[in-house]
Amino acid sequence: MDYGRSERPAGAAPLPTAIKILIAGGFGVGKTTMVGAVSETRPLRTEEVLTETGIGIDDLSGVEGKKTTTVAMDFGRITISDDLVLYLFGTPGQDRFWFVWDELSLGALGAVVLADTRRLADCFPSIDYFEERGTPFVVAVNCFEGARKYRLDEVQTALNLDPGVPVVLCDARQRESAKEVLITLLEHAMKLREERRRTAD
Amino acid sequence: MTGQAESAEQEWVDDHAGPVVRPYAVTGGRARPVTGTFDLISLVTATRPDVGAESGLGPEHMAIVGLCQRMQSVAEIAAHLDLPVGTVRVLLGDLVARHLVQVREPRATPAGLPDDSVFEAVINGLRAL
Repeated sequence: MDYGRSERPAGAAPLPTAIKILIAGGFGVGKTTMVGAVSETRPLRTEEVLTETGIGIDDLSGVEGKKTTTVAMDFGRITISDDLVLYLFGTPGQDRFWFVWDELSLGALGAVVLADTRRLADCFPSIDYFEERGTPFVVAVNCFEGARKYRLDEVQTALNLDPGVPVVLCDARQRESAKEVLITLLEHAMKLREERRRTAD
Repeated sequence: MTGQAESAEQEWVDDHAGPVVRPYAVTGGRARPVTGTFDLISLVTATRPDVGAESGLGPEHMAIVGLCQRMQSVAEIAAHLDLPVGTVRVLLGDLVARHLVQVREPRATPAGLPDDSVFEAVINGLRAL
């Protein structure tokens, strides 16, 4: 395949830069488990403290009266090469904190939406969000023990997905399985880019 | 009214005050960095082995310089120091202004995603894991 237009100047010294992929889905679906399965370290947790009116404060007056919310994000790291580091971010609570999602999805290569067939509707908000933003995503059905097995096309129909969106089975605890999901996502994202480029030409 | 002052003080020492008060104390009450925006995955490297005789820097600044002897993302710094990302951004602004750390912005920018070679590199990297 001819991809053309590489933006890195030839012969430039490799400078390490970072890229990210998001792991989304409902509460308890296994986002942090998946991050941990492929990350080179145990998942780390970072927090944003949000104040309801807290922009542009330069002193402490009134801080004690503000309502604050802490948004936690679990994430992991995979060193791809000397010049490339991949971060995986589990997205925080789907019903709130959309502006944290906006920050997270900015520049993300794509997203994995984890689904549990016992609570399929839990991943609707994530799917809606990525569809609306045009962020490439795949749906990975986490195979929980005891969950009734559905065929992938049944899941695809139930989620009302665009036929082009890959739906795969996975075991979020297994490194190989999580790797496969990420590779499927990246291949899908490349295909979408190719299609968009062709449409633009 | 002394009663009111006391109750305010009690709020400050209460555990629930922690997540608010400590970050503000660490940054001297500042909510915004003096310079830079610092994406969660911006990569930070210290330019010196330690802070040295720089004045006006606190233990958290020193901790960041110590941590960033090996390259770290903003998210990792926040996680390791157990501070909110917003607080770490303020501290990083101070360090950048003093040329104590270098910051490398992520490969993808708001202007666009990286080129295909990056996708291919990640796919190959993952296969090799």
